[in-house]
Amino acid sequence: MIQTIAFYLFATLVIASGTLTILARNPVHSVLWLILAFFNAAGLMILVGAEFIAMLLVIVYVGAVAVLFLFVVMMLDIDFAELRAGFAQYLPFGVLLVLVLAAEMIFAVGAWTAGGVDMGSRIAPTPSEVPNIEALGTLIYTRYLFIFEGAGLVLLVALIGAIVLTHRTRGGVKAQNVSAQNKRRPEDATRNVKPAIGQGVEL
Amino acid sequence: MIGLQHYLVVSAILFAMGVFGIFLNRKNVIIILMAIELILLAVNINLVAFSAYLGDLVGQVFAMFVLTVAAGEAAIGLAILVIYFRGRGTIAVDDINRMKG
Repeated sequence: MIQTIAFYLFATLVIASGTLTILARNPVHSVLWLILAFFNAAGLMILVGAEFIAMLLVIVYVGAVAVLFLFVVMMLDIDFAELRAGFAQYLPFGVLLVLVLAAEMIFAVGAWTAGGVDMGSRIAPTPSEVPNIEALGTLIYTRYLFIFEGAGLVLLVALIGAIVLTHRTRGGVKAQNVSAQNKRRPEDATRNVKPAIGQGVEL
Repeated sequence: MIGLQHYLVVSAILFAMGVFGIFLNRKNVIIILMAIELILLAVNINLVAFSAYLGDLVGQVFAMFVLTVAAGEAAIGLAILVIYFRGRGTIAVDDINRMKG
C-alpha cells in the first residue's frame, strides 16, 4: 500500500517537475525543477530496488550536472526574454507532436503482450541474498571490467575536452614567467666590453 | 507491487516532455541541454524498470553507462556553449549556422 502511494507520488512529481523544467521562464528555476525531477526519479528507482543507480543519480546528476548547469546559467549574461520569442509560435505544433508521440508509446506499452520471458537466458540474474550494490559491484569489476574502464576513459576525455575548449590565454597580462627567469643566464643578460678611449659605448 | 507498465508509462511521458522541451525552447541551448537530460533520465528509468522486473542486473550496468555518457555530454555541451557565448555574446541557436570554418 505504502509502495503504491510512494510510486504515484514520485511519478506525479517527476512528470510535473519535468514539465516545469521546460516551461519555466527563468532558466535558474528550470535547473531547480530539473534537480527535483532527478530526486524523484531516484525515488522511483529505489522503489524497484536499484539503490546504486538511485544514489548515482543523486550524486552525479544533482551533485555535478545540475550544479554545472547552474554555474553556466549564472555565469553567462544572457537576455532570456529575447530567447523565449517564438515560444507561442512553436507551441501548437509541439503539443500536437508530443501528444501523438506519448499516445503512441503508451498505446504500445498497453498493448505489449510479449508473453513469458525465458528466465534461463538472463545474462546476470539478480542474486537474492546479496544487496544490490554488492551484486552490481561484482558484475562491474569482473565481467564488465573493460567496459567500465572505457566509461572512465569517456569521462576523462570529457574532462580534458572541456578544459581544452574553455581554456584561454589572456593577452596583455603582466604575469611572472618562472621558467623563463630560471633559464636566463648571466651571459645572456650582461656583456663585458672594453671600449677604446674616445670611442664611447654602444648600448 | 506496482506493475512494469506503470514505470514504462512514466518514462514514456517523461521522454515526451523532453522532446516537447526541445520544440518549445528552440533558441535557448541551455534548456535544450536540460531537455536532453530529461530524455536520458526517461531512458534510465526504462532500463532500471526492466532490469528490476526481469531480475537481470545488466540493465542497471547499462543505465550506469548511460549516466556516464550523459555527464560527459553535459560537460562538453556547456563548454561549447561558453566559448560560443564568448565569441558572439548570445546563445541563440538560430545564429549557429554562421559558425563555419
